Amino acid sequence: MKISFTLNGKKIRVDVPPDRRVLDLLREDLSLTGTKEGCGTGECGACTILVNGESRLSCLMLAAQLEGCHVTTIEGVSSAKKLHPVQEAFIEHGAVQCGFCTPGAVLAAIDLLQRNAEPTRQDIREALSGNLCRCTGYQKIVDAVQGGSAKLKKGQTS
Amino acid sequence: MYAGGTDLLVRLRKNPVNPFPLVCLGQIKELKGVRESPEGAFIGACSSHASLLSNPIIRYAFPVLAKGLQVLGSPPIRNMGTIGGNICTASPAGDTLPPLYVLDAVLEIRSQNAVRRIAIKDFIVGPGQQRLNKGEILAGIWLKNDPDFNIHHFEKVGQRNALAISVASLSALLKVSESGIIERVRLAWGSVAPTIVSPTNVEAALKGHFLSKDTLQKVMPLLREAISPIDDIRATAAYRRTVAGNILLRLLASFPYKEGYGT
Ligand SMILES: Cc1cc2nc3c(=O)[nH]c(=O)nc-3n(C[C@H](O)[C@H](O)[C@H](O)COP(=O)(O)OP(=O)(O)OC[C@H]3O[C@@H](n4cnc5c(N)ncnc54)[C@H](O)[C@@H]3O)c2cc1C
Ligand code: FES
Ligand code: FES
Repeated sequence: MKISFTLNGKKIRVDVPPDRRVLDLLREDLSLTGTKEGCGTGECGACTILVNGESRLSCLMLAAQLEGCHVTTIEGVSSAKKLHPVQEAFIEHGAVQCGFCTPGAVLAAIDLLQRNAEPTRQDIREALSGNLCRCTGYQKIVDAVQGGSAKLKKGQTS
Repeated sequence: MYAGGTDLLVRLRKNPVNPFPLVCLGQIKELKGVRESPEGAFIGACSSHASLLSNPIIRYAFPVLAKGLQVLGSPPIRNMGTIGGNICTASPAGDTLPPLYVLDAVLEIRSQNAVRRIAIKDFIVGPGQQRLNKGEILAGIWLKNDPDFNIHHFEKVGQRNALAISVASLSALLKVSESGIIERVRLAWGSVAPTIVSPTNVEAALKGHFLSKDTLQKVMPLLREAISPIDDIRATAAYRRTVAGNILLRLLASFPYKEGYGT
């Protein structure tokens, strides 16, 4: 079936089998391998993408559900020259170890910061409660999201 | 047929079905959102949990439902999953179900040329089983605002805070008089039997009594008879039995007056 949607700012049209998961469409058909598959059953958040700005799990979506939507993957949050402030903050705070959870965590953080520019640590923990990390123990991820929030605020005022 | 796909896609992964005639209801506008009418509030079946959580009608008129939605899954699951999907999945652990039972939710079922209404307790008949005929969809949920209730209680016991399927849960609506007498009470337990348990004899036994630990202890035998928990990977039946009783006692924590008030 043919579907059209906006992917990282570009309109695209693809022909996919009706049972194609969004995760497979992105990784295999479109070679956007930044989106990861951890569990495949909605529990780890590694496959998080933004659909119309809201975090969704690409392992639990069928490609047809993207029709007409605006989709952002981790590849779409930075520009060629510059990382997204949240990505910078993840690096500065040492919130990345193996990196498998990072794309999903960064997108969940961006979703949160769009709705709540100055989240408390508790807000951050709640917003990222669907993103499991086997390496960092979460403290540094929470630090990084706070750092990202500060950077975004500074970016706006300067 | 599916809406958010959060139950269906997990199931399809285990048992792929072929051929694949799937209809997604998720983008039909008429099935989304909350509308108020003289008959009550109508919640579109394909409203996501997150959209209901941020809806003022749900938050202020039906806090017990909002409390259930708040602990369902994780943020992305709440963005994707729908209330209609939670009802049709008919899991005894479905977090919106006990609140909908105590609110006496009435479901609107539609097919191409007919509309019918059915109470949620008559719609759900077993784990994963509901009275939906071929060609029918759940269009939405009717709720009546009942400002009489002054305690809106929801508690879910799981193994951790996020992404935990409940081991047992309790939803309760009570009208307690200023002197602490239970004038009206609705109770519904999740995860302690094949379907939600809303025992009218327990409710009747509480009515007219002072809300105290003593009163709640007295209905424990009735409660034990009403539930039939199972052993599974999350908890043993014996543990669930204990928790089902203990969470009833925790009602006292949401009661604004101290024990012994008025006596
Ligand atoms: C990781 C994870 C964690 C979860 N945690 C929880 C939790 O804590 N608590 C909880 O209660 N649930 C939980 N769930 C289950 C699930 O997210 C919810 O039950 C959700 O509400 C289902 O909605 P959906 O729209 O995604 O359902 P779908 O998967 O789209 O549909 C489920 C079933 O209902 C039918 N259906 C859906 N909508 C309609 C309709 N309008 N008319 C007729 N039939 C319909 C479909 O045919 C399908 O058989 C979890 C799921 C996952 C993957
Ligand atoms: S791969 Fe989608 S949530 Fe784990
Ligand atoms: S950095 Fe390895 S899983 Fe999070």
